[in-house]
Amino acid sequence: MIPGNFEYHAARGVDEALQLLARFGDEGKLLAGGHSLLPMMKLRFAEPAHLIDLNPIEELRGVREDGNDLLIGTMTTETALQQSDLVQRHCPVLQEVVALIADPQVRNRGTIGGDALHGDPGNDHPAVLMALDARFVIRGPNGERESPANGFYLGPYLTQLGDTELATAIRIPKCPPGQGYAYCKMKRKTGDYATAAACVLLTLADGKVQSARITLTNVGPTALRAEDAEELLVGQALDDGLIEQAAQAAMSVCEPAEDLRGSPDYKTHIAGEMTRRAIRLALQRARG
Amino acid sequence: MAKHAITLHINGQAHDVAVDSRELLIHTLREKLRLTGAHIGCETSHCGACTVDIDGVSVKSCTILAVQCDGAEVQTVEGLATPEGLHAVQEGFMQEHGLQCGFCTPGMLMRAYRFLQENPNPTEEEIRYGMAGNLCRCTGYNNIVKAVQYAARKLQDQAKGGQPA
Repeated sequence: MIPGNFEYHAARGVDEALQLLARFGDEGKLLAGGHSLLPMMKLRFAEPAHLIDLNPIEELRGVREDGNDLLIGTMTTETALQQSDLVQRHCPVLQEVVALIADPQVRNRGTIGGDALHGDPGNDHPAVLMALDARFVIRGPNGERESPANGFYLGPYLTQLGDTELATAIRIPKCPPGQGYAYCKMKRKTGDYATAAACVLLTLADGKVQSARITLTNVGPTALRAEDAEELLVGQALDDGLIEQAAQAAMSVCEPAEDLRGSPDYKTHIAGEMTRRAIRLALQRARG
Repeated sequence: MAKHAITLHINGQAHDVAVDSRELLIHTLREKLRLTGAHIGCETSHCGACTVDIDGVSVKSCTILAVQCDGAEVQTVEGLATPEGLHAVQEGFMQEHGLQCGFCTPGMLMRAYRFLQENPNPTEEEIRYGMAGNLCRCTGYNNIVKAVQYAARKLQDQAKGGQPA
């Protein structure tokens, strides 16, 4: 099983990648780790005439600090994120989610940008980046802009990224010390997409929730933010009743499609359970 | 469609080969270079039977274009044994019955080889997590874990200067 014919172009820099994108228009497609795109091309779900390979561009790789933010190059591999001291120190939830993505070989090639920008609602990074209030740093013919992860995802494989644009980095505010975090994912087997998953970030002050973020993976056309569930928690001291109310509120925003992972009812039920578990784990970590 | 002239350094030997844009590394290895050790299993980056090392990193060669590997150091299962004998991971799979039909074994060996360099003294849990990208439909994995543990012990003995088992 091999992809259909296409022309391969190794981009040596961001400018060259942008020129190639401009030249080929909608016939061109960016190649990151290739572990979503190449299988889609084998199955003829995607048939770009030109592949623009970003792998040679070193400036797109790596994690660095930029004031109160982490800047993560879009071509940083999942394995590199697992090994990054900066990520461990300033954004531990990112390592929690990466550990649940695919398998070692796939993480060696797969990149955070590929996962986050492909627009697949089954991918894990979008929900986490939404919870983190991350922003995509995007270069295009008209210069550089930033686009928040919240609002970036419009539908399956449909994002705010333009056809002639390239996301070069992901800007993530450093997580405050003492923030509780959790990414809880139900999957049928290693390497599978989530049946449902929940990301929870919590900060506490005087035993009460000061801020809360709750986002969900693979229970809608995009990753979802459960704002009603978040609002239920803020200002409250958490107990089982409140956690249950928040889980029910999270379930109410789910609109999963039926597939081999289960019926809409089942997936919504799992999303509720992942939310309960993630709130409890985040709370436990926030309490230290 | 133009061919790309690339050089692959496979098991220490340079190979110049002309590849199509759409050619996957596994096909170049098996069909052009007749290195049929790496197997084609699922072709969808799940099973790991095609696992090889590219520049010291385990990858699934069914999901990487050959042209992307221009200039790379590639290690395949053919490069594991030496004239002195089998590599410790090969010996481990033999001693612990880490295979039945053998189809997944080349990928298992190459992943175990790299994993034990990343983590020379792993726990059983770490072995299961580190080998999670390789599927076996025969063994139930317990003997594969034992094989990796055997290899870890032997490699540690060798590193201490002990006699090969």
